[in-house]
Amino acid sequence: MPTLTLTNLTKRYPTGDLALNDVSLDIPEGQVLALIGPSGAGKSTLIRCVNRLVEPTSGAIALGDLNVTQMGSRKLRRMRRRMGMIFQEYALVERLPVMENVLSGRLGYVGFWASWFRQFPREDISQAFNLLDRVGLAGMEDKRADALSGGQRQRVGIARALIQNPDLLLVDEPTASLDPKTSRQIMRLIGELCKERGLTAIVNIHDVPLARLFAERVVGLKSGAVVYDGSPEGLTPDVLTQIYGEEDWNATKEDGDKFLTQGEEAGGES
Amino acid sequence: MAAKTQTWYRPHIISNPALRWVLALGIGVYLAAAIGTLDINWSRVAEGWPRAQRFFSGFMPPDFFSRGDAILDGLLESLWMTVAATALGVLISVPVAIGGARNVSPVPVYLFCRSLMAVSRAFHEVLLAIFFVKLFGFGPFAGVATLTMATVGFYAKLLAEDIESISVAQSEAIRATGAGWLQWLDYAIRPQARPRAIGLAMYRLDINFRESAIIGIVGAGGIGATLNTAFDRYEFDTAAAILLIIIGIVMAAEYMSGHIRKAVQ
Repeated sequence: MPTLTLTNLTKRYPTGDLALNDVSLDIPEGQVLALIGPSGAGKSTLIRCVNRLVEPTSGAIALGDLNVTQMGSRKLRRMRRRMGMIFQEYALVERLPVMENVLSGRLGYVGFWASWFRQFPREDISQAFNLLDRVGLAGMEDKRADALSGGQRQRVGIARALIQNPDLLLVDEPTASLDPKTSRQIMRLIGELCKERGLTAIVNIHDVPLARLFAERVVGLKSGAVVYDGSPEGLTPDVLTQIYGEEDWNATKEDGDKFLTQGEEAGGES
Repeated sequence: MAAKTQTWYRPHIISNPALRWVLALGIGVYLAAAIGTLDINWSRVAEGWPRAQRFFSGFMPPDFFSRGDAILDGLLESLWMTVAATALGVLISVPVAIGGARNVSPVPVYLFCRSLMAVSRAFHEVLLAIFFVKLFGFGPFAGVATLTMATVGFYAKLLAEDIESISVAQSEAIRATGAGWLQWLDYAIRPQARPRAIGLAMYRLDINFRESAIIGIVGAGGIGATLNTAFDRYEFDTAAAILLIIIGIVMAAEYMSGHIRKAVQ
């Protein structure tokens, strides 16, 4: 895949909120980039602009020399096939079985009638089985999505994105509602799959230590603007304060107790 | 810190106290006046009692057999009218509902479909039946036309509202795969709207059967026509039998639809 280039990307919602403010980024092939920042910093908006689930207000997105922002609907759909997306809260179609959820990743490739009658090509079906096996869900194909646990659902979400055979993965808070262990497993799986397939990935993530583990590059977003762009090692407390605001980043339990007492004292005075 | 007693009142819905009192007083006065205008004639109420007793004893015992053929004919006619009208109505409703869901369709289509719904909901079944009987003549065809139209107004509106309340995340996820619009409807919208669609169809089947007993009275066929004839001939025992059958069928439909709705969740 060629380089993904965002140039002066700006998004202002009809409500007047400026979600992205003049963001420019170059993401070379095969790079796994973590996008960190507080809630409302514009992380979700940014990755949704890349596959145009959200239309940017101004600026350009280009994949190599293809201009994504100028595409008509037919070209856009072809482009979306190359961009797999993994969602916060999984976004599986809850009432469909696992297999249909995975196969829905092929909708951009098969015609309407084939998809209507669930007649997917044999290769697609065997690929779906392979992927389910790879993400650790072998034998689960006929379970309904709403019968799975959070971690299992996200694995289905990953399989759905990968069956598109994408060049680029857009990953939106993949661990937001998972426990710490499952979060690490899911993040490790996404990391491994990116490496295996040489995928470029943009991963929105809240959890800074987790981001440090897998990302080669970290971009910090604050109020829609890039305030940090560099290696995970460069995320010093100063940098984190710049991104998230004032907080003691190395605090431990003892500090925590002090912190709580301080809070009480402050409360007592008023 | 010393505890201090404080009072708290829930804020009123209408914050202006003067307006609140004027409204309450106005409603009270109007209600009193309305009841006063009723002009209940107690001697007529007293006379009515024995008449009611005679009337209701006319129902007993219900007679299922003297007019058995007519009842069976009317019943079967009502049933097929109901099934045909519900199926036809649902078939027409689905595209109208999709068109009338703001999150799925462009504004002009949305407005067109919403006005279709409004028109078919504007008139009560009995009015529609009178209209269609004038248009197509007496008989079940007018009845089917009536119930179909009423079904569209009901079913399309409620289904459209269900489609509008689907999960945005699920629909976004399917769009992100590069699916076309129809594929998106099929994979993202249909699974989410299906339980409601089936539940509403069952409910409408039930309503259509009950309505078929009413619209027969204005000439649109079915069990209502048989019921009307029985009343006209003062055959209250036959009428009672018909009423019991209607109650039985409605209860059976209620029981079945409950099970079906649970199964498709």
